[in-house]
Amino acid sequence: MSMLASEPVKVAEESVFRRVLLLIARHRMLSVTVLLLVFPLFMPYTSLAINILVLGLYAVGFNLMFGYAGALSFGHAAFLGMGAYGCGIAFVKFGIPWLPSIGIGVLVATALAFVMGYLAIRTRGIYFAMVTLALSQLVYYTVFQARTWTGGDDGLRGVNLAKINLVGFEFNFLNPTVRYYVIGAFVLFALWLLSRILESPFGAVLEGLRENEARARACGYDVSRARLIAFTLSGMFCGLAGALYALHLSIVPIETLHYTMSGLAVMMAILGGMGTFFGPFVGAATILLIEDLVSLWTVHWQLFVGAIFIVFVLFFPKGIWGSLLERLRL
Amino acid sequence: MDLLLTQLATGLALGSIYVIVGLGLSLIFGMLHVVNFAHGAFFMVGGYVGVFVFAKTGNFWFSLVAVPLVVGVIGMAVERVLIRPLYGRNIDDPLLLTFGLSYIFVEVIRITFGLEGIPFGTPRELRGAVDIGVGFIPLYRIFLVALTAAILIALWLFLEKTSYGLIVRAGARDPEIVRVLGIDISRVWLFVFGLGTGIAGLAGFLSAPIQSVNPDMGVPVLAEAFVVTVVGGMGSLVGSVVAGLLVGVVVSITSLFAPDMARVSIFILMAVVLLVRPQGLFGRKGAMG
Repeated sequence: MSMLASEPVKVAEESVFRRVLLLIARHRMLSVTVLLLVFPLFMPYTSLAINILVLGLYAVGFNLMFGYAGALSFGHAAFLGMGAYGCGIAFVKFGIPWLPSIGIGVLVATALAFVMGYLAIRTRGIYFAMVTLALSQLVYYTVFQARTWTGGDDGLRGVNLAKINLVGFEFNFLNPTVRYYVIGAFVLFALWLLSRILESPFGAVLEGLRENEARARACGYDVSRARLIAFTLSGMFCGLAGALYALHLSIVPIETLHYTMSGLAVMMAILGGMGTFFGPFVGAATILLIEDLVSLWTVHWQLFVGAIFIVFVLFFPKGIWGSLLERLRL
Repeated sequence: MDLLLTQLATGLALGSIYVIVGLGLSLIFGMLHVVNFAHGAFFMVGGYVGVFVFAKTGNFWFSLVAVPLVVGVIGMAVERVLIRPLYGRNIDDPLLLTFGLSYIFVEVIRITFGLEGIPFGTPRELRGAVDIGVGFIPLYRIFLVALTAAILIALWLFLEKTSYGLIVRAGARDPEIVRVLGIDISRVWLFVFGLGTGIAGLAGFLSAPIQSVNPDMGVPVLAEAFVVTVVGGMGSLVGSVVAGLLVGVVVSITSLFAPDMARVSIFILMAVVLLVRPQGLFGRKGAMG
């Protein structure tokens, strides 16, 4: 009797939850804007929220290649890192203002993505992961050796941005809340751009490529050209993330170029849900929160991340957000 | 000139390690179509197992036999429990799984042996240098080349001259037919994964006297092993041997003229090969797409 009575309530609850998710998935730009505005309120501290924002954008850029174009790259740290170094070197060594410095970082990363893509696109499938990894190691060692420009092992120090002028107002960039919303504005712009790319005919070509490459080729699409464009765009988004990362950290650590950084993008995309719009952010938030919580009592937090990642590969390959969407058949 | 020749010999010794690592990777890919992203981690675990066994027994030769066995058994357990459920799924899935696994290996080693590396001296029997006519070469390096040659010959004899080797080769070409003929192909895969990871572990132990063992030693090795397989042609065992030696020689010759460029040189080599011959030196055309 009581079971029967409770059932309609449960259904109602579920449908509200479903409706909210439906709303989020349908109006993604609106929901991203709202989410970005209130996000810091739910985080233990603002700096963590900024990290999630920046690395989330990095994972979004990676996901454009992996989730939408269907090619798994293990070298995306090169674009995050070169975006960061490009912006940082322009800002520190040449004294260029912060806004053009971001532009320079994005340009450097995009150019590098084009060159790396040109080489890596010659290989397919599984080779792609190996070649991109090897090429990103080339970038890592090169930056490591170029001490005078990059600071080598110590990282590039002194990317100190204190005051910024925007539309006539002066903001204090050292204030975490201000920093969050400034960086958030860039992330929002990037997401809007990505959303437009995915909805464009080119976005449809990419998804067609992922689903059936032979058919896309038979339909007359230049597969390698589409892949190369996707890879370059993907590098561009990661480069923006890198430039923002440099300004946020006020230092560019050499680790931004390291293999584990490339791996982090893979983990965030898989955990959140590859090929979904929000998945990479969900993944970034999950991993960084795990790091934040677990590293309070052990330095071996990567053990947990690795184990969780394996469980997801084995049992939930669609990731958190992807599984949720599938569950609700959105 | 003599300096160049000794450096060439050093390069061949260094290349031996690349050959062994690349061979394991190529063997596993050729059979199972799995890119083992934990290959560097198996290499690292092999280094630690060897140093541990040597510390307990004090016998280098015993450690040399124990390492591939222990690491191979770990590899077989991994194949049986974690990788087997992924056959038939997306080709990226085993790659991702082994990638996640490498994190666990690294952390388990860090928890057990600490964050710092453990130095490992050349075993007493293999210290000293030998005159090869153009200059002196450490005995240990000559031992590396000889051991690699022995492993290659053993592997060749096994694959070409034994009936089990025939099954392995047939399974690489057409697993479906092999299964129809009544052979349990999953046992062959289990064995090959154990073999590939076992020799990766052996390579890790062999490199211990050259570089101390540390939890992060697997990452550069993984990238270098990928270079070897891409340069040699994926799945080609001859390619792994030639490319491994070539990479070793390129590194040591570059470090003679431009030490700063040594680490970078092998990736440039790979980029050149990709431009000129994308399928690799010994790869079949079309195998790369």
